[in-house]
Amino acid sequence: MSLHRRAVVKKLLEKRGDLLVVAGLGSTSWDITAAGDADLNFPTWGAMGQAAMLGLGLALAQPKRRVLVVTGDGEMLMGLGSLATIGVQQPKNLTVVVIDNERYGETGMQATHTAHGVDMAAIARACGFRNSEKILKEKDLRKIVHKIPGPNFLQVKVAAESVPLVLPPKDGIVLKERFRRALLGKSADVLAKEP
Amino acid sequence: MQLDWPAEVHRELTAAGVRLVGYVPDAGHKRLIELCRADRKMRAVPLTTEEEGIGLASGAWLGGEKSVLLMQSSGVGNLINVLGMVSVCRFPLVMVITMRGEQGEFNPWQVPMGEASARVLETMGVAVRQAGEPQAIAAHVRLALTRAFEAQGAEAVLIAQKVIGIKSFQEQRSQ
Repeated sequence: MSLHRRAVVKKLLEKRGDLLVVAGLGSTSWDITAAGDADLNFPTWGAMGQAAMLGLGLALAQPKRRVLVVTGDGEMLMGLGSLATIGVQQPKNLTVVVIDNERYGETGMQATHTAHGVDMAAIARACGFRNSEKILKEKDLRKIVHKIPGPNFLQVKVAAESVPLVLPPKDGIVLKERFRRALLGKSADVLAKEP
Repeated sequence: MQLDWPAEVHRELTAAGVRLVGYVPDAGHKRLIELCRADRKMRAVPLTTEEEGIGLASGAWLGGEKSVLLMQSSGVGNLINVLGMVSVCRFPLVMVITMRGEQGEFNPWQVPMGEASARVLETMGVAVRQAGEPQAIAAHVRLALTRAFEAQGAEAVLIAQKVIGIKSFQEQRSQ
């Protein structure tokens, strides 16, 4: 396996502009933080299986912004139904990237279903994602994240390796409020979007 | 004539500026789902499981949008772990839940989760409002919307099965 998770995620987030980013429980939350902690990152420390749905809610609320979900194969497997839900909604501004090391990295590197051949890119395609691709070697993914109308799905096969922990803030309220302030301005403190 | 509580609830959602409605269908929510789907200012999102509704609502709030989740009590058990995120991030959440397993239930498999629903929600930090009469539903929903979006709380309005009044499989199918 030639690709390394930290390098892949760092490249995805280079010159990110006003990209909104959600990361799944565990390794991918540390990956986006290693690439540079940012107010417009929402790294999850729990709610396993919900990263893609957080991305969908955000994409529907902010149709003019690009939304990127970066999550792991184990986290995505726990919420496979959300691929069908996203397929029905067809958000043009949403890309889901699965960093697939075929392992549960936080619990002792046990094999996930993808290690046994479960093809998530095929599942996403069958669920109606406009573009779905399995990435096995170095490729520029910026265009699909920033430009190409979605919903897009990338299953990026990476080495099953241990990398240093780089932790984002842990307090959920801090993560939520800093994200909303950066996105919505001061009105975030008191109001939802005006009806 | 029976009170049209789904229309009243739909008016409350509109008044509160709710634009996004996640739902897992229930016969008791049939009309409210139809009203939301027909409303051009709302986006109604069918879900494969109730859990998805928590991610949807939380993501929408990150983006500044108000939403609600429509579901039946059998789905409450599916929410337990993800309600931890709602609690730790203090995401506003409004769930309108039709009850199964109560008075008139014909399916015993619906009873355990129905009986445990309120306790499960309260255990996970959700405020529970019991609507036992059709006249009470819209007022409970209005209060839940205010509490959720002005005070960042998690709220559930439980609509009693006697309000829905489904007593047999045949009646459910013919609704």
